[in-house]
Amino acid sequence: MRDIRVTDTSLRDGSHHKRHQFTAEEVRSIVAALDSAGVPVIEVTHGDGLGGSSFNYGFSHTPEQELITIAARTATRAEIAFLMLPGVGITDDIRMARDNGASICRIATHCTEADVSVQHFGLARQWGLETVGFLMMAYSQSPETLAKQARIMVDAGCQCVYVVDSAGALVLEQVSDRIGALVAEVGSEAQVGFHGHENLGLGVANSVAAVRAGAEQIDGSARRFGAGAGNTPVEAFVGVCDKLGIRTGIDFFAMADAAEDVVRPAMPEECLLDRSALVMGYAGVYSSFLKHARRQAERYGVSDARILVRAGERNLVGGQEDQLIDIALELRGER
Amino acid sequence: MNGKATAAIVGSGNIGTDLLYKLRRSPVIEPRWMIGIDAESEGLRRAAALGVEASAEGIDWLLARDELPDLVFEATSASVHQANAPRYADAGIRAIDLTPAAVGPYVVPPVNLGEYADAPNVNLITCGGQATIPMVHAVSRVVPVSYAEIVASVASLSAGPGTRANIDEFTRTTGRGIEVIGGAERGKAIIVLNPAEPPMIMRDSIFCAIPPDADTAAIAESITGMAADVAGYVPGYRLLSKPQFDDPSPATGGFARVSVFIEVAGAGDFLPSYSGNLDIMTAAAAKVGEDLVRSLVASAV
Repeated sequence: MRDIRVTDTSLRDGSHHKRHQFTAEEVRSIVAALDSAGVPVIEVTHGDGLGGSSFNYGFSHTPEQELITIAARTATRAEIAFLMLPGVGITDDIRMARDNGASICRIATHCTEADVSVQHFGLARQWGLETVGFLMMAYSQSPETLAKQARIMVDAGCQCVYVVDSAGALVLEQVSDRIGALVAEVGSEAQVGFHGHENLGLGVANSVAAVRAGAEQIDGSARRFGAGAGNTPVEAFVGVCDKLGIRTGIDFFAMADAAEDVVRPAMPEECLLDRSALVMGYAGVYSSFLKHARRQAERYGVSDARILVRAGERNLVGGQEDQLIDIALELRGER
Repeated sequence: MNGKATAAIVGSGNIGTDLLYKLRRSPVIEPRWMIGIDAESEGLRRAAALGVEASAEGIDWLLARDELPDLVFEATSASVHQANAPRYADAGIRAIDLTPAAVGPYVVPPVNLGEYADAPNVNLITCGGQATIPMVHAVSRVVPVSYAEIVASVASLSAGPGTRANIDEFTRTTGRGIEVIGGAERGKAIIVLNPAEPPMIMRDSIFCAIPPDADTAAIAESITGMAADVAGYVPGYRLLSKPQFDDPSPATGGFARVSVFIEVAGAGDFLPSYSGNLDIMTAAAAKVGEDLVRSLVASAV
């Protein structure tokens, strides 16, 4: 019995922090550890979703479909999920992921552009996949706007719509207001979920607020392994849920062990709430820009924090990593 | 052929209307008919006000005229053009297809315009393709390009319902165009819709994998020359910066790479200037139409 379903996304959101360099062995060992701790859903994909391996987002060390196959073969209880962004991947990628053993299709759009996912939800359902919709950068829109976008996804076949705090910019009531609006709009037909980041240090607290407002699915990453300052730490969230009497079905001690002994060694470094990550949370800048901004800052000798601030000023959305190069060139030209 | 060639625009939406404004300035094409399927259409109303014969009765009406157009510009949808294309061909009307139907060969004016002077039907790929394929070609005419990737960012307001309902079509068709016309061995396209207010002007980034010992000066010169060629018919097309060259590294997937950043502002004929993605399609369509007419005239002499 459980009250909410937790999805661990260290093998997808963590892909940003890892610059998409996961090996087959790392995926095998992490899936095995999470599976045995009782994590019900494990997401495995390039950080930018199916087809994300590219100049723009970074090439994968191991093809993601190979990693999905390994994950599906390794898991005994957990279901394997994958992410896809219409405009980056294509529907063929979805079918291939299903054929490779994944069972949950998570489709992400910017939170005002839900209608680009209609075709994908329809096909995913037709192909027997469970569906989840991701409204990214959900802090940028009002609860009412988000609820209307959630409606578009649900009408297209989405079974759970997530409020995705891509920058870790939402603060407590801002989460519950948004979750509440979605539950009111689609709650009788679909579930509502929350995906948090740590850029303001609120991943766990925001996730609890989401559950109290009616969210039934929560994302996190073991050891915060994710973009920006990282994701809601699953092990801490499970501990907090234990204390609050919210049943996750995940064993707290096994999860703490998995995070420390299996996931941490696969991380290039801890996910830190440093200045750049904090600025992203404060200004609402897409978390996966962090590593790209650092790279361009080094390449062109400019400040990564200034790149990120300007990305915020330009209202860049997820997927526009290419524009960070243009910003770096612009900053260099201004010196 | 005496005087101007006649043209019909099929599809009375934003694209068809913007194209009408452009064709009205053409020295060689007279847009005489505007065809829609909705009598309430704003595009048909505007066309009629401009003295163009407008009908909401579809191409049945057009093909029943005593005088048929020399050219038809299809600005509807892929499935509609699939159905219409054989009927234009039977009637001997040359078709310029602005939908992703790809019934005829791909054409990107500064790359392969002359090659299809005799084709009964030509296809303009996608807006992202028109904006970026010239740049891929500019690189591939200097060095072999094993892989090319483009990222098109467009304002949400300028992405119509057709694009939204079938965004896969955009990425697939553009990717194929990068290979077939751009000359890359492998192509990939990414599209991002941005809802910022005020709306962002269309931006495109083009990344090409090149040999590590490539002549970067020659590539840069080719890119600059091509940008000027495109700007010849799309005035708002410009390079945002000099081409950027990177040595092979893990960050570039082990490839040596050239990156090109462009902006496409629209001419503001009918569509707002931020929607350079739509403008470049109508500008390319007008350019292709004019070139076809000139070749018809030349062959008639």
